[in-house]
Amino acid sequence: MEHLLQFYAIYGSVINFIGINALLALSLNVTLSAGMLSLGNAAFAAVGGYTAGILSLRFGFPYVASLAGGTCAAGLVGLVIGLPVLRLKGVFLAMATLAFGEVVRLAAVNLDVTGGAEGLTGIPNVTTTWMIYLVLAAAAYFIAMLRRSRLGWGLVSMREDETAASSLGIPVTYYKAVAFVIGAMLAGLAGGMYAHLNYLITPRDYGFFIAVDLLIYNIVGGTNIWYGPILGAALLTALPEVLRGAGVTAGPIRMGINGLILLLVILFLPNGLASLFARRRSSAVKAGA
Amino acid sequence: MNRLLVENVSRHFGGVQALEDVSFIVEPGTIHGLIGPNGAGKTTLINILSGLLSPSSGRMNYRNHDLHRLAAHQVAAIGIARTFQNIRLFPHMSCLENVQAGQHVTSRRSLLPRLFHLPSARREDRDLCERAMAMLARVGLDDKVSYQSRNLSYGERRRLEIARALSLNPSLLLLDEPVAGMRQGEAMVVADLLRSLCREGMTILLIEHNMSFVMSLCSRITVLDFGRVLTTGTPAEVRACREVIEAYLGTTGEPHA
Amino acid sequence: MDLLLQQLINGLFIGSVYGLFAVGYTLVFGVLDMLNLAHAAIFTLGGLIALWLVETAGVSLWLAFPMACVAAGLLGLLLNQVAFAPLRKRSDSQFSGLISSIAMAIIFEAAALGLFGARSVRFPVGTVPTHTWQIAGITITLLQVGIVCVAASLMVILTLFIGRTRTGKAIRAVGENERAATLLGINVNGIIAFTFFVSSALGGAAGILFGLYFNNLTPDMGRSIELKGLAVIILGGMGSIPGAILGGLAFGLSEVLTVAITGTSNLRDAVAFAVLFAILLIRPSGLLGRGKTREA
Repeated sequence: MEHLLQFYAIYGSVINFIGINALLALSLNVTLSAGMLSLGNAAFAAVGGYTAGILSLRFGFPYVASLAGGTCAAGLVGLVIGLPVLRLKGVFLAMATLAFGEVVRLAAVNLDVTGGAEGLTGIPNVTTTWMIYLVLAAAAYFIAMLRRSRLGWGLVSMREDETAASSLGIPVTYYKAVAFVIGAMLAGLAGGMYAHLNYLITPRDYGFFIAVDLLIYNIVGGTNIWYGPILGAALLTALPEVLRGAGVTAGPIRMGINGLILLLVILFLPNGLASLFARRRSSAVKAGA
Repeated sequence: MNRLLVENVSRHFGGVQALEDVSFIVEPGTIHGLIGPNGAGKTTLINILSGLLSPSSGRMNYRNHDLHRLAAHQVAAIGIARTFQNIRLFPHMSCLENVQAGQHVTSRRSLLPRLFHLPSARREDRDLCERAMAMLARVGLDDKVSYQSRNLSYGERRRLEIARALSLNPSLLLLDEPVAGMRQGEAMVVADLLRSLCREGMTILLIEHNMSFVMSLCSRITVLDFGRVLTTGTPAEVRACREVIEAYLGTTGEPHA
Repeated sequence: MDLLLQQLINGLFIGSVYGLFAVGYTLVFGVLDMLNLAHAAIFTLGGLIALWLVETAGVSLWLAFPMACVAAGLLGLLLNQVAFAPLRKRSDSQFSGLISSIAMAIIFEAAALGLFGARSVRFPVGTVPTHTWQIAGITITLLQVGIVCVAASLMVILTLFIGRTRTGKAIRAVGENERAATLLGINVNGIIAFTFFVSSALGGAAGILFGLYFNNLTPDMGRSIELKGLAVIILGGMGSIPGAILGGLAFGLSEVLTVAITGTSNLRDAVAFAVLFAILLIRPSGLLGRGKTREA
């Protein structure tokens, strides 16, 4: 027990970051599972984070109400952005969402209400580790169940072939918008929790490279199953600490290992690390059949 | 009205007239053939009927729904299912999952009962799975349930696509070359399947180049050539029609320019 | 008025660097339909290699410039071999190529960090003769003129090369239809590798010019131009070389004009990305593009 407490004292913030990153990765997974490459989720987290932070700080909202406000604001922005943007395909969708993300980040830098480049300081520090992991568990469960629902079947079918999906009765445009909004709300929730974890949020917390990191978590972990993004986020968030523990202190080496892992996964494990588990299971099924 | 009514449907792509004033009627509970030389506009017509393309002009009606006003997913929802000439299965799904994905309009799969693990959700999932298995058995793929669809043979993929279309419980089935690339024996199995579906009351409209297949299966046939209807009639009438003979002799003897 | 004119001239200089960067970016997209997100990392390495050649190896800039470009081109070949060629036959190659190029970008940036350190570095004084002209109240340095001349001549050479030579035609043929190009007897793999070489050499050249212009090189300097490069090639139309050149100039001018009009540099990038976002919604194929952005 004492060891555990000591461990938490040292690594508590890493454990919190793993949870937040996993939650953000899950939010991106909703759109990825439908074959939409969106790089806007860091921006939705910013919308959620700033809204929740401002509600707490300026209007004295209680924590849960602030989170709800941030989540809804992100969902609303997702809806407004999603309707026009979702007609775009592939890298064009990625770039439109990316441009949107930059606009949000730069708005945060330039507006007074967001505190400019220095960010928003003094947000009550109320998010705790167990809250993060409770929400993460709930979100993972929600996504696992979503995949078994009508919407989930539709989303996976759309990723495989949109034309065929529409001729099976799947309302492709509507489902895309729904997936986009669900992803935005989850990201907004994660952003709100993060804002209440750290006293401080700045525009830098939600830039382009955060959006890319979320994508990397999904690819490394695997997009086809609910625990894939969590696995990826946990592994890559913990990796610097693990390497530090192993005596690798040079920043470039840690960064290079990050890139190498991503490269190896995309070349040799296109369905991510999670497919290592899934493959074993399916081969067991085949052996039994 | 359970008839499929196609009235003066035209469609052009830029300056190219793909369909011109196409009109015919498909009677309920029959197998209706759609034949014609390559480029006659058959697939364009199926794409228009299924809502993937909209007609430049003209109207289509089925069960009091104006098809020309509906999007593809709405067409599917009123009981019209289709297959594709170039087979559009979901490549990373198993056979069973492909058929289950086709149950979109015939299932509820509500999220809430699944979130709370209600027995109703489990019952529905079991029921849908059984129905999908039965559909696979019907097309003769019950031994390939867990195969990924991209690992099937060509003919098996065509049959799987038919099974996926059937899981919409359609009253009208649009088939774009259902036996293309199949061996004779396999095509006979599909013909038997289509006959039994028809006996159960389903209406089928199919494009096919295999003439013996079309002539033996269809009660009526519409012949398209250069986007226009040459004739509609029974196989015997079509075989006797002078313009049809010319169109077909034209393609075999001296090709159209 | 003079100030505004001065700003416009400055916009022209920086815009020509953006254009040069974007030309290489768009070249790969035009041929492969894949986005190479490692282009910015090669841009950085090009600048840093030139700096190393000048500062440590004592090579004159006139020699270091082409040498660093060739080195950047070779990195492009490596990039193609490791991150793009193995994925080309995959059905999701557009997506997986994007990811593997991100992986290579991280590895390249790590290499830059490891080899050159995290601090910002600058070319030694006297690398380029400091000479300035005063024309009608506007100050122009020799360096600025050199940058525009080098960028413009590289872009003209590339345009002529793509338009006139056999290899250039082969590159266009592969971009139009890979299978048809194979049937015509074109060595598609060779052409793609060559395209990566040219694209990366141009990216490296842009990195050197950028480093000279701001006289400030850091291992993450590619990050700031990465997004701008994307904006430029969308503005000009994905795959269009003249579009990338014009887009680069337009982007450079819009930056300085935004600063001149608002009086602060805070909104500089916001305006650019808002325009980018709007273009994607209104005319996603860009101003001069032909790319397919929405399937029927």
